[in-house]
Amino acid sequence: MGKKIITVDDSKTMREMVAFTLKSAGYDLVEAEDGQAALTVLQKEKVDLVITDLNMPNMDGLTLIRNLRGLPEYKFTPILMLTTEGDAGKKEEGKSAGASGWIVKPFNPEKLVQVVQRLCA
Amino acid sequence: MNIDLEQFRTTYINESMELLSDMEEKLLEIENGDDDVETLHAIFRCVHSIKGGAGAFGLDQITRFTHEFEYFLDHLREGKLHVDEQVMEILFKGRDIVEHMVVAAQNNTPLAENFGHEVAEKIARINQTQGSSAVAAPKEKKGEKPASASNTEEVNIYSIRFVPHEDLFTTGNEPVLLFGELSRMGDTRVQCRTDKLPDLEHLHAEQCYLWWEIDLDTTAGENEVREVFEFVEDVCDLEVLLIGGYSLPSTSAPKPQPLSEPSSTEKTADAIPVTQDASETEAQIAKAQPAATIRVDLDKIDRLVNMVGELVITQGMLYMQAQRIPRDTYPEILMGVEELAQHTRELQEAVMAVRMQPVKSIFARMPRIVRDLSKKLGKNIRLEMSGENTEVDKAIIEQLSDPLTHMIRNSIDHGIESPEKRREMNKPDQGRIHLSAASVGGRIEICIEDDGGGVNRQRVKELAITKGLIAENSNLTPEEIDHLIFAPGFSTAEKVTDVSGRGVGMDVVRKNIESIGGTTSVESTPGKGSRFVISLPLTLAILDGMAVRCGREQYIIPIANIIETMRPSSSSLSHLATGIDVINVRGEFIPLVYLYQVFSISGTEKNASKGLVVLVENGKEKFGIVVDELIGQQQVVIKSLEQNSDPVEGISGATILGDGKVSLILDTVALYRIGITASRDHLHSLKASA
Repeated sequence: MGKKIITVDDSKTMREMVAFTLKSAGYDLVEAEDGQAALTVLQKEKVDLVITDLNMPNMDGLTLIRNLRGLPEYKFTPILMLTTEGDAGKKEEGKSAGASGWIVKPFNPEKLVQVVQRLCA
Repeated sequence: MNIDLEQFRTTYINESMELLSDMEEKLLEIENGDDDVETLHAIFRCVHSIKGGAGAFGLDQITRFTHEFEYFLDHLREGKLHVDEQVMEILFKGRDIVEHMVVAAQNNTPLAENFGHEVAEKIARINQTQGSSAVAAPKEKKGEKPASASNTEEVNIYSIRFVPHEDLFTTGNEPVLLFGELSRMGDTRVQCRTDKLPDLEHLHAEQCYLWWEIDLDTTAGENEVREVFEFVEDVCDLEVLLIGGYSLPSTSAPKPQPLSEPSSTEKTADAIPVTQDASETEAQIAKAQPAATIRVDLDKIDRLVNMVGELVITQGMLYMQAQRIPRDTYPEILMGVEELAQHTRELQEAVMAVRMQPVKSIFARMPRIVRDLSKKLGKNIRLEMSGENTEVDKAIIEQLSDPLTHMIRNSIDHGIESPEKRREMNKPDQGRIHLSAASVGGRIEICIEDDGGGVNRQRVKELAITKGLIAENSNLTPEEIDHLIFAPGFSTAEKVTDVSGRGVGMDVVRKNIESIGGTTSVESTPGKGSRFVISLPLTLAILDGMAVRCGREQYIIPIANIIETMRPSSSSLSHLATGIDVINVRGEFIPLVYLYQVFSISGTEKNASKGLVVLVENGKEKFGIVVDELIGQQQVVIKSLEQNSDPVEGISGATILGDGKVSLILDTVALYRIGITASRDHLHSLKASA
């Protein structure tokens, strides 16, 4: 069984693109449309990597990251955040919330796979 | 690996259109005084998502515009800017520009390079006064390209010292994966250092005590090497030194090297990640699969609808044949056939339901139209909507948009009075238009009600007389006068406005509605308001028809067109000099079309007084169709003829009856054209003298 990744994004396009790209690279994908939905899914099943957008309704990405880091089973799980600009402020906020890495949207598919491989074998 | 994301373009476009319509709804909420921060956040997210996707598909125009637009929205939600009329105008215009760009991307029709630049500049100017704008923002850095030598490759040797801080693991990063990535860049030699490892009793399982030295031979530059450690730069000490280099004969592709395993001491670190029991995890995946929707090509659904149509016909034939089987000999067959009939009906309903869509998709466009138009005309109008979730066949929805838009415009332009006039009439300044949809007895009724002035009957009548639509001395009931606004070539606007003028009147609306099997009607109370009702069939695939016989042929006349059926007395028939026969129905002279003449059928009743006259109304005209006999009313499945033959004038389609015979469905508009149009002028003179 391949490693399992969750993609959290309120944009269906983005979710589908992330899922498609990573499925092509042999990963299993789960989708969630915001932080709240992701948290519900993640409390039920463990994934090997979380990829999350920051700006989302109901629960944003930073809150999701903080919540996950508070859960024992996600203390060390790699979390990759998707940012839209090379926004240094957001990146720092993400890091201090506990994000493992970041990738700037729009991503190049190869680059996404490369970064995912850096975080999750 | 080559991953093509172009296939998601359609998803992106559809999603963007949905976001834009959400955004419009939210903008209207704000304009109505609900400037909740959450609403502003939602609007921001719409633009943000559209921008995010645009980059992925190289839609630079959208990226550029939304980027600046986003800053503007950011200032707004942070409270640096306040919602006023100018801001609203920019928001609406900005939204429209994005919509145009998305549509252009959908159709692959490039817009002018400077499309929307006026608004874009205005936004940029405001953004600059607020201190942050895309124009002033630093450019995103571009990734440097590795220098490619001509025939030889320059290989650099780096010595990397990677000393993680103890809390490295809390960031979710894993050193072994970083080494893996390095090994994909070239040859690596990794050495693990264990000298910082404390005694067992002081060792904390969640912390990192190991550090590594790596030698890397790669053609990549130092920045690329450092990039591998990008995510851990805050939680480690990193040294990357260029300690040497050599040249290699050029090879086309970099050769991936297997990961050279770090020494065995790193096992302590490896044991940390929590793993779950595999079988438990699998069970959870099965549970968590979302039961979402799927997108299906409309063609596939149409094929399904067609096949079910065929099935209904076959079932009908079987059912008819089964009636000849004596019930007491083969009761099982008869029961089976009856059950089949029921299942077929249910299947048909289920398939039709797939094509059904809520009318919300067109209703949602109306608030904006009301807003823009009432502003332009200086009127104050509130639009209320109900029954948006009523479902109608997708094909009908597509064709309903234009007529409905026109009727709403009509209510705003001609129905609701100016605030001053309303005050004189003791009405509240704000006019009200209520748009509703409801399912009424197998049909859908869409209702547009306003509390305006109602139809100006005096004016309508005068105009109808001037335009020669009615005779000067005609004695019409108020309802008949109201219905004149649907007559061809009629427009009550005192002057042609650019709102509902342009020569397209309510007659076109009526024709469009009728082309999808619908009817239109109006009720009006002077001074109090009007109520327009559009009645629509649930689907275009099935039709309520009246089967008629002419000679040995059977035809179907759509029930929606039929007013009444009669056997005329010979005294009520007259022959006109133009060769047209007319029938006197309660004082009204109505022209007749002989079906046997139109389709050259032999062996039929040629005298209308011995046959039957089916009075029909096709939206424009009333006329009688002379046939031999009525067979009965039935639901028929419409089959298009155009796939198999050229269009036949007078025929709109075909169906297969229960006995297996093909029956043609009559097109009343074309029948009138074939049979009568030539002598219409003559008819008017007759009406005038009646």
